[in-house]
Formats: sequence, structure tokens, C-alpha cells
Amino acid sequence: MLGKIRSGLGRTRNRIQHAVRQLSGDTTVPEALEALEEILYTADVGPYSQELLEKAETAFADGTLLNPQALQTWLQNELEVVVLDPGDPLLRKQEAGPTVILMTGVNGSGKTTSVAKLVFWLQSRGQSVLVAAGDTFRAAAVEQLSTWCERLNVPLIQGEKNGDPAAVAHDAAVAALSQNVDFLVFDTAGRLHTQKNLMAELDKISRVFNRKIPGAPHHSLLVLDATTGQNAVRQAKLFGECVPLTGVVLSKLDGTAKGGAVLAVGRETRLPVLFVGLGEGVNDWEIFQPKEFIQALLSPRS
Amino acid sequence: MLENLTQSFSKALDRFRGPGKLSEEQVQEALREVRRALLEADVHFQVAKTFTSRVIERLIGQERLDGVTGVQQATHAFQEELTRLMRPEQEALPKNPGHPMVLLLAGLQGAGKTTSAAKIGLWLKKRQNRNVLLAACDLQRPGAVDQLQQLGLQLGLDVHAEQPGPGVDPIGVAKRALAVAKKGRYDALIVDSAGRLHVDAALMAEIQGMHQTIQPDATYLVLDAMTGQDAVESAKAFADALPFHGIVLSKMDGDARGGAALSIREITGIGVSFLGTGETPTDLEEFDPGRLAGRILDLGDVVGLVEQAQEAVEEKDRTQDYMRMMQGKLSMEDLLDQFRMIRKMGSMKKMLGMLPGAGRMSGLLESVDDSEFARIEAIILSMTPKERLHPEVLDGSRRRRIARGSGTEVSDVNRLYRSFQQMQKQMKSMGKMFGGGRGTKRLLKQMQSQGGLPSMPGFPGVLPPKKKH
Ligand SMILES: Nc1nc2c(ncn2[C@@H]2O[C@H](COP(=O)(O)OP(=O)(O)OP(=O)(O)O)[C@@H](O)[C@H]2O)c(=O)[nH]1
Ligand SMILES: [Mg+2]
Repeated sequence: MLGKIRSGLGRTRNRIQHAVRQLSGDTTVPEALEALEEILYTADVGPYSQELLEKAETAFADGTLLNPQALQTWLQNELEVVVLDPGDPLLRKQEAGPTVILMTGVNGSGKTTSVAKLVFWLQSRGQSVLVAAGDTFRAAAVEQLSTWCERLNVPLIQGEKNGDPAAVAHDAAVAALSQNVDFLVFDTAGRLHTQKNLMAELDKISRVFNRKIPGAPHHSLLVLDATTGQNAVRQAKLFGECVPLTGVVLSKLDGTAKGGAVLAVGRETRLPVLFVGLGEGVNDWEIFQPKEFIQALLSPRS
Repeated sequence: MLENLTQSFSKALDRFRGPGKLSEEQVQEALREVRRALLEADVHFQVAKTFTSRVIERLIGQERLDGVTGVQQATHAFQEELTRLMRPEQEALPKNPGHPMVLLLAGLQGAGKTTSAAKIGLWLKKRQNRNVLLAACDLQRPGAVDQLQQLGLQLGLDVHAEQPGPGVDPIGVAKRALAVAKKGRYDALIVDSAGRLHVDAALMAEIQGMHQTIQPDATYLVLDAMTGQDAVESAKAFADALPFHGIVLSKMDGDARGGAALSIREITGIGVSFLGTGETPTDLEEFDPGRLAGRILDLGDVVGLVEQAQEAVEEKDRTQDYMRMMQGKLSMEDLLDQFRMIRKMGSMKKMLGMLPGAGRMSGLLESVDDSEFARIEAIILSMTPKERLHPEVLDGSRRRRIARGSGTEVSDVNRLYRSFQQMQKQMKSMGKMFGGGRGTKRLLKQMQSQGGLPSMPGFPGVLPPKKKH
């Protein structure tokens, strides 16, 4: 994350400088506000931008933000309040028995790849992991996950094609208990948050876990694609109504998308971002850093 | 999918409801809200700006025409500009394809390329009776080849696939697939490719190479409808690398506001060709900008409605009924009639989504189910004929009796009555909007000539509104 961000930093300042320079010339406050507006909206920050702009307008009038440094710091602070620190420790481990992690999200958001990355991350921290293929629906979903599991040398629990994913959850819970693994990571099929029956299926999966392992699933993660716009808020809300979400994985941050929608998500749901995905390999996975994220968000697209 | 956008458009339109011409300032004020709504619907920043200034220019410069309301005029301007924003340059499929017709799909990771390849394959097979070959050229994502193979098997489409391994590169696979398609009795080849980032120079060069090698008749950019501002960014970069015929906008069945659909053409010149509307292989639609613009403005997807109604309802000339209703002379009998008709057509929610005024009721649509309708039916059936024809006679004691008779609460009866009144008003204003008696008749004629009458516009009004708007 850091490397990718550094290169953008110089330019961030330039862009904000530009906004402020307009203020001192023969241009007007509205024009500077518009420049700011563009920065925020094109980063997918969404409706919240409006609130920030109003605040900025007041501050401009007071004359407190009329230099680039002040504006940069002010924006940075305003935005940092919204993104929550992932906290410590990440994905707390249960004192006894397996810790169950449920991976959810809309179609194609990056769930399966994130499962692989997360497994790799846990392994590198000396944890034993079991994976379960809860996507019994999409063609070749199991093949995809089993390829990753072979590469990572981690056991995979799978069920019947088109079978009930709750049954896979049951088998996975039993296996996790008997093998006494540290973590069980459960991949689910992609679903749109508007599909009521599929959302109910998620609820069923988590109830099956809970019956077998107290408190499970202990961590339910929502995988959000960084290119997603304001729909991210709907996703977080509706998935959250179904399973108590504990955090967000922000995938595909290696493109030009800024992922600013997580600000809207943070404001509306108080969900912290835990990890970011930065590529297609298992190594392209990092702990979310709020400060760097905001810096990158304010920088122009590379 | 576009409810929020629709709501803000109708809010803006409300400002044009008064009798006089709006001042320049008032027009700008009304459009400020629209611009904000567009941005919140993920419309690209620049596009939102251009769109609003175009509409402002039009509305300010325009004289109020005789016999046309302000709302009508503004609606017209919105609809035309929206349609213009989205109109594809060309048809969904290439005009004079070679033999076999070759289509290439490209896009970011997770956009929905593989599913779309299968959907378009099925479309060509079913609608054009083509013998389709799919080519599995995503060797990057684990399981991608298996996925296309399984889809092909399921749909009865042949797949050219080679298991990924050393010496197997995507361009080679595409080349061999084309040779197979030419030699075999295939008349269409659809090439799936790996997801790639537009900033990945090596992979962008690869897809250019593939394009060069197979020389497709059309190349499509597959894009997720939930994408935000980056949609335009990535589309621009892809368009610099490849000559696109159109966009396949996937996952439109969710509640994404579809801002991308509004933005991409304006900036890249590439229009939307197909919409993906579900996970089933048949969930593919040809994109129709006029229809979408109408839906956004909440005029209802009248054409779509007609098409569906046609399939399910036996024809009966309802022109007289509609004329009467649009004059606001609505009875509970009409309500029941309409409601049964819609019910027969099934797919309740889809229908409701297409009805004019439905956007204002978007919250309700979520909760509508058949039991809700069963309740409304029971209430109307418990009314006497006189009460049905003249609902205004429904006083407290009548309402109590009806509630008892239908096994509902008095509050349910009250709500139905209120909704009925509201709908009556809505019908009346719609009648006016289409230019009173003559305009209504013309509209109905037009609908009829297109194959049938829609069910009653504004039907969602019968549902108990939970909140005021
Ligand atoms: N560039 C990039 N690509 C990613 C990232 N994470 C996932 N992908 C790619 O996105 C595509 C979809 O990822 P999957 O992991 O299959 O997504 P999913 O959510 O499991 O998809 P479904 O199960 O089909 O709903 C694949 O091509 C992945 O390689 C990331 O952080 N960066
Ligand atoms: Mg998956």
C-alpha cells in the first residue's frame, strides 16, 4: 500500500494547491469549492462530500483554509474520522476451539481470491487453517477454490454441486472441531443483496455454525470491490441485516479506483475496513491503513 | 434499480408544476438537485455537469408552448437529453458480420465476462439460430476454463478449451478456436478473456494482440453496473486500447442506480449494447435508452408493460374504461379489475417496477407480496356494489363492517381508501399530462397499435403508503 501511495503524494499536494491557488487569484471561492467537489466525488466519497463542502465553505470564509497545507491537513483529518482503524488484534482468535470466518459479498467482488489471500496470511502467522467451499452454485466455483487450496496446501471441505451450502457449513464445522484447527475460512457464493432468498441462505449458514461452535461465525467479512460506487452502502446495510458483519475487505485497490465508497459505508454502518486486496496473487494483501488510504484517495489517478 | 434517481427527477419536475414560466434562477435551483442526485447515482462528475447545463440551457431558452404544462415541457426536455446521453451508436450486434461471426469480450476482473459470454451465446443460438462456439481464453483465474466448459455443457453450446499449462497462451487458444470455428459448422465464435486492469500494460498489450489475431466483428467491454466513478476511467483506458462495439452492463438486477449507463457513452462514445439482468443464462436484454430514460423519469416502462401484458391477458377493448379513469372517474371495481389482471400476469414486482409512478412507491415495492394483494381483494369484495362504484360513501360504520367482513382492520380499509383517492388524483393528472381527452385517446391508440393496453397506470397507488412523499 505504502509504495503505491508515495508516488501519488506529491501530486496530491499539487491538486489541492491548485484548488487553493484559485482562491488567491481572480477566481472565486465557488470555483475552489468546485475543484474540491471534483476531488471528493470522483473518489466515490458520495453524498458525504456535500457535508464536507459546506464545512469547507465556512472555513474558506473564515480565511483559515487559504493555504494548501492547511487545506490538506484539514481534509485529511475530516476524512480520517470517518474511516475506522481496523483495531488490534485483527481477527481475534478464540481462546478455545476453531475461529470461524465467513466471507460474503456480491458476485465477482473477490471473495474466493480473498479467501486464498487470507489463508496465506493466517498461515504465515503460524495458524492452522481449514477452508470450506460454500459456493455450491456457480459453475466451477469449487474448482477455483480447490486450485487455491492445492497451491496453499490447505485442506478443503466441499459439498455436492448445487447442494445446500448450510450442509457444507455443518460438515466444515464438524471437521474443524475434530481436526482442532485454529481457523476455519468459509467461502460463499456471490449474491446480490437484493435477493431475499439468497440472503436468507446466508443467515441459515451462520445459524448452522452457531449451533456447532459457540459464537460462530466469529468474523463475518464483506468483500467490497474498490471500483464500487454508492451501491456499496446498500451492500453493507443489507448484508449486515442478514449476518452481523464485523469488517470489510476492500479488494482491487490496485486499479485506479479510490475506494472512497468505504467512507460512506463507514459513516452509515460503522464497519471498519480490515484488509485491502492489491492484486491477484496471495501476496497482494495488506492490513488496511487509514492514513495512507486517505492520502491515496486525495491523490490524482495514476 | 433507479428509484432514487427517479425520485429526485420527479422532485425537480414538481417545481415546474406552477402555471408561470420559471425564472433562470429557479431553473438552476431545480437542476442543482438533479445534479446532486446524478452524482449520488454514480453518474460521472463531468457528465452530471454537462447534462444539467444542457437541460438548463434548453429550459431557459424555451418559450412555454400553448396547451402544454410546465411539467410536460420539462419532462420532455429531461427525457430527450437523457436518451441522447445514452443512445448507442449502433445496434447491439454487428451489422454485417463475417462467417463465422466473431465476438470478443474484455473487461476488469469480476465484471461478469464469462457469464456474459454464455448468455450471448445462448442469445445467438435461440434468436438467430446460430451454431455457437465459445472459446475459453481466461487462463489466468483458477477455474475459469472449467466454468465456461460447465456453462457450455449446461446450455448445449460447444466450447473450445485447453487446460492452462506451459506453452498454452491465450492468444494461441483464441487462434486455434477461430480455426476450429471456421472448419466446423459454426457460425458464431464468442471469445472469453481474462479480467485485467486497464493500468496493466502487459495484459493490455496481450488483449490487443488477441484482437489483432482473431479480428472480431465486435468487441464488447463488460462492465459491472455497480461500478462508481472509476467506470468511466477504466472504460476510457480500454477504449484507447481496443475498438469497442458496445458495452455489456452486468448485474443490472440489483439496486445499482446505473449511473455508469448514463456516463460512458458521453465520455467514450461507446454505448451500452446489452444488459445482464440476472444469474440465469437467459437474463440478457438488449439495451433500449428511450425505455430506460422513461423509467428514470417515472413515466413507466410503457412498452415493456405492453409486451408483458400481451403475453398474459386476453384482449378486450378497454379504451372507454381508460378514458373514464383518466378523467379521475375511478371506481373500486376498476381497481379490482386491474388488480386481478396484473395478478394473472404474474411476476408482480417486475410489473410494478415498470408502472408509472412506481418510483415514488419504491419503498413499498420491496414489501409487496401476494398476501398484501389478497388482503386488498378481500376488502373490495366485502363492499356493496354501491360502495364500489362510489367509494366516497364509505363512512365509519361501513368501514367497520367491511373490515369485519374481510377479516382485516379498519385501518387497512382506511389506508386502501386513502390510496384510492391518491390514485384517482394521479390518474386525473396523468390524463391532463397527456393533453386531456384527445391526448389520452391518442396515447391509448398508440399503445393499442403496439399490441395491447397496459394495465392501469398508477396501480401501485392502491398499496397502503407507509410514508408521505
Ligand atoms: N486486480 C485485482 N484483481 C482481483 C483482486 N481480488 C480478486 N481479483 C480478481 O477478481 C476476479 C473475481 O474474483 P473472485 O475471487 O473469483 O470473486 P468472487 O467474489 O469469489 O466471485 P463469485 O464467486 O463469482 O461471486 C478474479 O479474476 C480475481 O483474480 C484484487 O485485489 N486485485
Ligand atoms: Mg467465488
